[in-house]
Amino acid sequence: MDIQNLVKMANQIGQFFQSYPNHEEAVDGVAGHIQRFWEPRMRNAILAHAQSGGETGLLPLVVEALQRVHGTQQAA
Amino acid sequence: MSLPRNTDYGTPARESEKEVTLSIDGIEVTVPAGTSVMRAAQECDASIPKLCATDSLEPFGSCRLCLVEIEGRRGYPASCTTLVEPGMQVRTQTPKLAEIRRGVMELYISDHPLDCLTCSANGNCELQDMTGVVGLREVRYGMKGKNHFDLLSALSKDESNPYFTYDPSKCIVCNRCVRACEETQGTFALTISGRGFDSRVSPGESQPFMESECVSCGACVQACPTATLMEKGVIEHGQAEKKVTTTCAYCGVGCSFDAEVKGTTVVRMVPNKDGGANHGHSCVKGRFAFGYATHPDRITTPMIRKSIEDAWQPVSWDEAIGYAASEFKRIQAKYGRDSIGGIVSSRCTNEEGYLVQKLVRAAFGNNNVDTCARVCHSPTGYGLKQTLGESAGTQTFDSVMKSDVIMVMGANPTDGHPVFGSQMKRRLRQGAKLIVVDPRAIDLVRSPHIQATHHLKLKPGSNVAIITAMAHVVVTEGLVQEDFVRERCEWVSFEQWRDFVSKPENSPEAMEIHTGVPAAEVRAAARLFATGGNAAIYYGLGVTEHSQGSTTVIGIANLAMATGNIGREGVGVNPLRGQNNVQGSCDMGSFPHELPGYRHVSDSATRALFKDAWGVEPQPEPGLRIPNMFEAAMEGSFMGLYCEGEDIVQSDPNTQHVEAALRAMECVVVQDLFLNETAKFAHVFLPGSSFLEKDGTFTNAERRISRVRKAMPPLAGKADWEVTCMLSNALGYPMDYTHPSEIMDEIARLTPTFHGVSYQHLDELGSIQWPCNEQAPEGTPIMHIDEFVRGKGRFMLTEYVPTEERTSSRFPLILTTGRILSQYNVGAQTRRTPNSMWHDEDRLEIHPTDAELRGINEGDWVGISSRAGETVLRAVVSERMQPGVVYTTFHFPESGANVITTDNSDWATNCPEYKVTAVQVTRVTQPSEWQQRYRDFTKQQLDLLPKSPREKV
Repeated sequence: MDIQNLVKMANQIGQFFQSYPNHEEAVDGVAGHIQRFWEPRMRNAILAHAQSGGETGLLPLVVEALQRVHGTQQAA
Repeated sequence: MSLPRNTDYGTPARESEKEVTLSIDGIEVTVPAGTSVMRAAQECDASIPKLCATDSLEPFGSCRLCLVEIEGRRGYPASCTTLVEPGMQVRTQTPKLAEIRRGVMELYISDHPLDCLTCSANGNCELQDMTGVVGLREVRYGMKGKNHFDLLSALSKDESNPYFTYDPSKCIVCNRCVRACEETQGTFALTISGRGFDSRVSPGESQPFMESECVSCGACVQACPTATLMEKGVIEHGQAEKKVTTTCAYCGVGCSFDAEVKGTTVVRMVPNKDGGANHGHSCVKGRFAFGYATHPDRITTPMIRKSIEDAWQPVSWDEAIGYAASEFKRIQAKYGRDSIGGIVSSRCTNEEGYLVQKLVRAAFGNNNVDTCARVCHSPTGYGLKQTLGESAGTQTFDSVMKSDVIMVMGANPTDGHPVFGSQMKRRLRQGAKLIVVDPRAIDLVRSPHIQATHHLKLKPGSNVAIITAMAHVVVTEGLVQEDFVRERCEWVSFEQWRDFVSKPENSPEAMEIHTGVPAAEVRAAARLFATGGNAAIYYGLGVTEHSQGSTTVIGIANLAMATGNIGREGVGVNPLRGQNNVQGSCDMGSFPHELPGYRHVSDSATRALFKDAWGVEPQPEPGLRIPNMFEAAMEGSFMGLYCEGEDIVQSDPNTQHVEAALRAMECVVVQDLFLNETAKFAHVFLPGSSFLEKDGTFTNAERRISRVRKAMPPLAGKADWEVTCMLSNALGYPMDYTHPSEIMDEIARLTPTFHGVSYQHLDELGSIQWPCNEQAPEGTPIMHIDEFVRGKGRFMLTEYVPTEERTSSRFPLILTTGRILSQYNVGAQTRRTPNSMWHDEDRLEIHPTDAELRGINEGDWVGISSRAGETVLRAVVSERMQPGVVYTTFHFPESGANVITTDNSDWATNCPEYKVTAVQVTRVTQPSEWQQRYRDFTKQQLDLLPKSPREKV
């Protein structure tokens, strides 16, 4: 998976939800979308990227949402 | 013997709450007020002779054959133009009427060639029938007087149209063709030129049909009572022996047709008067362009090869299927369960779509299944599900006849959905107001007797800005239907949305910089939409194929809810689906995250239901979408593809990327009618069957499920559903259906919105709009009447985010793409018919200012380059474009329209952003590098075909 493409896609999702005034709703929106529509290898690639340290190119909202996705996967 | 004809009531049915009772030939009959005497008579089986009247057209009263006697009235009124009145006593057959009718017929026949036995309409001619009915026995005037048919007098036949001829010598000047062109089609291409004896039907300004504005919809041919306008198929083959009612395989209107057949030859396709979507109308594609089904390019023998550099080897079905199955098993063993997948086209039937996703989920054991709806209306599925609760249009097509304001956004119905376009034009001629939101001046903006009240000629990519700005006006000017919102919608989500759209940055004035549309025009359009009565939104791919496609769909649903325009006739949110079965393929669970009936794969109760039925539990994680499959192929984790009926190389964006992904795969199986662009990269070719060769169902844009019925045997011996079953069986997962009706029965058992659907029920009702179940046994024409499918409607925020695809000094123009009336999608079907006489190449439309700056003249070769690639087309200089925007169609593979389009896609669904590509356009003298490579590769691939690909093994 081309990580730059995945970063772009994740940020696009973030841009849609970041106008929500309720922060929790926005984080849930991004996390839920990635959980429900991204195939696991895409999800794993972006999670690995988000956790790789350094400049990820991800919007802060997306980073937060990915932590939530990671948490959900760990729990499952 | 010719086929029996449907009853013709002479004049259209009328709707009225008031009923009128009258007596016809002593029989009492009750009909709605406004009904003609002619129709009332037919209602009680008293047929009145007629020539200029037919029930698809308004009465005209010219032939004088339908005269009747009415008690207390002087003279002999024409029954077609006389309306029923209470207590009226009508006589349809008296000696005096018989004498008058014979006299009228005698005049007609004295100017008609008496070549009935060799006439193409023999056995199916209303003039012939009426002559018999009135009992004409002699023509006292003889045949030698001045006439229109003898050698010296007859005007020559017009055979310019590839599908029908016009023979003026047989014309009785009944005006039915002229009226059909006006009333049914709305093109106004025909008129009667001359006066008195010189009166003749005239296309355009006395031009041949092909040079006139005629769009070859066939309405005139359908209306003609004689052989004056006649299909060339009938002239060549004679009258058909049987008819098979089926559904058109082109656009999302889903017209019903009678395929008239002789042996195994389809003589002609006649639009079905009882068709719920088309009511007897048609377009040039459905009516005439079916010759591709028997085109010599059809490949009817299965073929295999190890590498795409190898020659194709014709093999038996068993061998081809066995090879495909062994390759898929080998790939899964080597690369893992998720390394293969399937793509099914929206040109396939519901049953075929269902089987492909079942094959992927049960036999492949993953969710890597997708459909071409990915690249057209996937944002509709997402946006409408999120807001209204169901991934479908809310209305029936007929609903438009109750609309007062029609907003058409990013759609071009007269080209893309012509039969519905004609219906919409009919309503607009009756006075409904029109708002067009489109970068281009589509035909609807200004056409005969139609003028859009507002044309919001926005910059491509600014849909969200426009729809949010309209919402701003509705909210800030107090035009919200608050009662509706309070009762039907989530109030909290409404408040959040209200606050969002009210922000100054969402006003039309602030958005003007993005949209290019004057704020006052946006305000006026929003006011009209909110206050003009029943307001309906119709939208197409100009809405969905953007990086914010889903956001615009959501914005449309928000606007409809806020103005209370949902849940009754005349209003609603109406996606105009690109291909015939886009709705159906989505319904059938062809998306990688959803099981049939739009149920997410993570839902354990739904998975358990399918496990019970299939014996295999579907995986709980979503699979790869089409563009994700390409990405995974490039990284080496997706290595095998089963592609049924879809041509991803031509239709998907960034062609060179798609080609590279296919080259990276180890086994590509293509099931298609032709060696399409994708098949040139395939290792197994399985011959497909056209819609004429199989049974099944299609579901159109108004959720109408209609039967597809076999009119001729499959050329390759197997229908597509049989091939999928064979592949599944070879993979070790048994599929033992004996008829598609059994597949539909399984769909109905497993899908709540389809519980009441069966082939028997479809035969009884003609067609069914889902949901069809215990709550709605006869289907659901209008959705969300009392409550939304999700309960309360949900408003969502629609922040405008400009696309990353921006113009620059290197790429200063925006390219947008679309389709044209005569061609269809990738053109695989229509290019193989005479429809190419209307459009034989894709061209680049460019505004005169942009053309002049670049020294480009009409017809010049121009290079179009983008960040993705370059291609060359000929230029059309046109003011339909706005400066800065160029446009092309994508019907011909050598055009390479998708060589230029980029990987940008919708944020929610990955639907490609076909509608916005930054490009530069320059004059050139030779094809692009890609085009030269394309020609060489195509030649190489055609050389690898067996000498006679149709030869059976």
